[in-house]
Amino acid sequence: MALISVNERTIDVDAAPDTPLLWVLRDHLAMTGTKYGCGMALCGACTVHIDGTATRSCMLPLSAVAGRRVTTIEGLSADRSHAVQRAWIELDVPQCGYCQSGQIMSAAALLAVKPAPSDAEIDAAMAGNLCRCGTYPRIRKAIHRAAQLLTPGRDP
Amino acid sequence: MSGQDRRRAQRATKEAPGAVAPANSGRRDFCGRTARLGGGLLLALTVPAFGGRPTARASAAGAPGGGAPAELNAWLKIAPDDSITVLVDRSEMGQGVYTALPMLLAEELEVDFTTIRIVAAPAGDAYVNAGNGGQITGTSNSVSDAWERLRTAGAQARTLLIAAAADKWRIAPERCRARRARIENDRGQSFSYGQLAQAAAKLKVPKDVTLKPRADYTLIGTSQRRLDTPGKVDGSAEFGLDVKLPGMLYAVIAQCPVLGGRPRSVDSRTAESMPGVRRVLGVPGGVVVVAEHFWQALKARDALEIVWDQGTNGTLDNAAIGVLLDHASANAGLVAKQAGDPGAAIKSATKSFAAVYELPMLAHATMEPLNCTADVRPDRCDLYVGTQVQQLAQASAAEAAGLPPAQVNVVTTLLGGGFGRRLEVDFIPAAVLASKALGVPVKLIWTREDDMTHDYYRPPAREEVRAALDVKGKLVAWQLHITSPSITARFDPTNKDPFDSVIEYVQNYPYAVPNFGLSYTRREIGINVGYLRSVSHAPNCFAVESSLDELAAAAAKNPLDFRLEMLAAKPRHTNVLKLAAERSGWGRARPGRHLGLAFMEGYTSVVAQVAEIAVNGGKLKVHKITCVVDCGQMVNPRIVESQVESGIVFGLSAALWGGITVDAGRVRETNFNTYRLLRANEMPEVEVVLVSSDVTPGGIGELAVGPVAPAICNALYAATGKRVRSLPLSAHGLV
Repeated sequence: MALISVNERTIDVDAAPDTPLLWVLRDHLAMTGTKYGCGMALCGACTVHIDGTATRSCMLPLSAVAGRRVTTIEGLSADRSHAVQRAWIELDVPQCGYCQSGQIMSAAALLAVKPAPSDAEIDAAMAGNLCRCGTYPRIRKAIHRAAQLLTPGRDP
Repeated sequence: MSGQDRRRAQRATKEAPGAVAPANSGRRDFCGRTARLGGGLLLALTVPAFGGRPTARASAAGAPGGGAPAELNAWLKIAPDDSITVLVDRSEMGQGVYTALPMLLAEELEVDFTTIRIVAAPAGDAYVNAGNGGQITGTSNSVSDAWERLRTAGAQARTLLIAAAADKWRIAPERCRARRARIENDRGQSFSYGQLAQAAAKLKVPKDVTLKPRADYTLIGTSQRRLDTPGKVDGSAEFGLDVKLPGMLYAVIAQCPVLGGRPRSVDSRTAESMPGVRRVLGVPGGVVVVAEHFWQALKARDALEIVWDQGTNGTLDNAAIGVLLDHASANAGLVAKQAGDPGAAIKSATKSFAAVYELPMLAHATMEPLNCTADVRPDRCDLYVGTQVQQLAQASAAEAAGLPPAQVNVVTTLLGGGFGRRLEVDFIPAAVLASKALGVPVKLIWTREDDMTHDYYRPPAREEVRAALDVKGKLVAWQLHITSPSITARFDPTNKDPFDSVIEYVQNYPYAVPNFGLSYTRREIGINVGYLRSVSHAPNCFAVESSLDELAAAAAKNPLDFRLEMLAAKPRHTNVLKLAAERSGWGRARPGRHLGLAFMEGYTSVVAQVAEIAVNGGKLKVHKITCVVDCGQMVNPRIVESQVESGIVFGLSAALWGGITVDAGRVRETNFNTYRLLRANEMPEVEVVLVSSDVTPGGIGELAVGPVAPAICNALYAATGKRVRSLPLSAHGLV
């Protein structure tokens, strides 16, 4: 048994300590917004926040998560009100949508530390998130739009 | 079926079908599959869809509050509380059908489009795609196939609702009109659709309905927000991988590393003793491990000791495949199309040209690895699966379950990418067999490595162009000889070469040339090949557009002018080419930059692209792709634009790095570190120009893929004077 904090809740998980956080979230906690894409931290579909930092959950064992704050797409906001989610809806970013939880979590983590990122900073932060549908142009636009939405005094 | 029909089916260029798609037309691929699957499929095509109970979120959009909804037709349900549900009979894999198809129906129904609820249609005759010969999402024809059908369905429903209201008021229907989900009369009274739906559903469906003229469209042609976006930004969208049923177990499958091999013996004692493992069972082609959780199943799979019968592919590699194609290409092949006498024209020409273009195998690499959840009971099977082929999925599950197809309820989830991979049903039987063996629902998940190493790969192709120019540099002969394995042959063994998907696009060669030839030599390579986004359009566009660029150079002509001269009679074609030239600064490349042009006609749409590149230190950088498309009447331009962007990214990944390497019968690429896809930081600027057009909608999902590679290679030639005739570019050390 392991106690972990997911989306502000402390949860007792009955899983082997080497179980990757991804599968704990998906299979044990029924939080399926976080996706499996590669199992090798190559595609970013499984991106969550660990203590606020974008982290691939597919290679992160449960034992490494104890005492740390995990935030998943389900915990980003209760009502799609996070600026990144609003921008994503406004620009209709997703196509198949499978990678988008990971994209959004990476973008949200970026904006938390860089409120007005440059294209180069966006590229660097998002390079770990693959999208086979090719939503990259819209992701970049949406991150700029989310930055606008986050700027105090700017008309959203 | 006549050759003409076959060609029509393969071209996937549909004229608008009649009011309602005929269930039995153009069953090309299905006939073949029926034989393959043991005869169950014809039954599936003639029985009504199974009325399944919703047991997962995927099918939970059933009856809303306020009583049972009335079914006005196969695509529309209206409940007493006025909620409107549209059943979408094409699979949503990113291309926007869950938005575009309901828009067609809503245009005629006169309802607020944004309030519509979407449900995936079950497997059923009403949902057959006339152009594809089955309930199939593919060949970029979802919109063109639905164009008349769903607008008609909307108009019929509207007419029924008006008739029901007129009955209640005891007035003539002419005194009623539909507006904002209500029927109003000329006395200022009105009923909501929900109040009328039950009565309307009992009336006789009108045959002849008048569809709105283009000038009256309020929805079609407007950039509506996608209905599936909200669920895709908060994690609630349900893909196959997300299905969860009470008591469900998880399964993984071990398959022979050598393609086509099978297990000879299995020692599963260690695996079966591992935590959570509930069963190890043999299935055709592999060994399935079922456990309480996926991770347990995966670890136990590693502990299986399997001796494989490698089959016949143990020594197969890319070099051997290349030799097979090279040798076969010496065969003249079967002529698919000919005009004039290209052989004689080339022999007697002032200037003749010959080149061989080579295209590698490719993997689909959908972001969501293959998976399927089956719940088999004694008298039924519920199948939750991201599939592009509901009826084939149904037939495949039925055979595995030992049930009639009518007792298999297919619930189509969202697809985390399809690209043709989910036209295959190879991943379905193992899930069904596992559920049947254990008596509980089982979700079987392929790992990324399973997915990459056991794909139905895009077939490799050897494409030989011979051509001739006259003294004025005019193209007088052009012929293409394709040597490749066939996908069509597996889907339809009754098909006759050379009328195979391998010749698509070139059979409609758009350039005016007096002597033309197209021939095909089929050469199988011992491994499964399958349809991959744009199928043969991309390989063939590479051969056509690369060769035209070479010929323009040989004729000392501008590649744009060279093409325009041969497209003079085709205004849509010349328009996109000229626009692409104008928007990309053709002829005025910035210092250090070089431009390459490519054009394609496909899916009754036309596309022109210009690649802007730089080459530094022998390395290529793609800076920009300008893409102009005319896909006929657009339903939702915003989605059209995203599909064009999507096709370009797909084409870029393939052009730069795409290639599958077979080595000792095994696929060497296993994950995204070895099968490279374009990343955000590698994304060039993309400018998409959509041409407003009022011809019947053409396809858009696959269109933009083809021109990417030839445009880049033509730019490379402009930059370096060197011609690249094989892909990917990474194999030439250029990236």
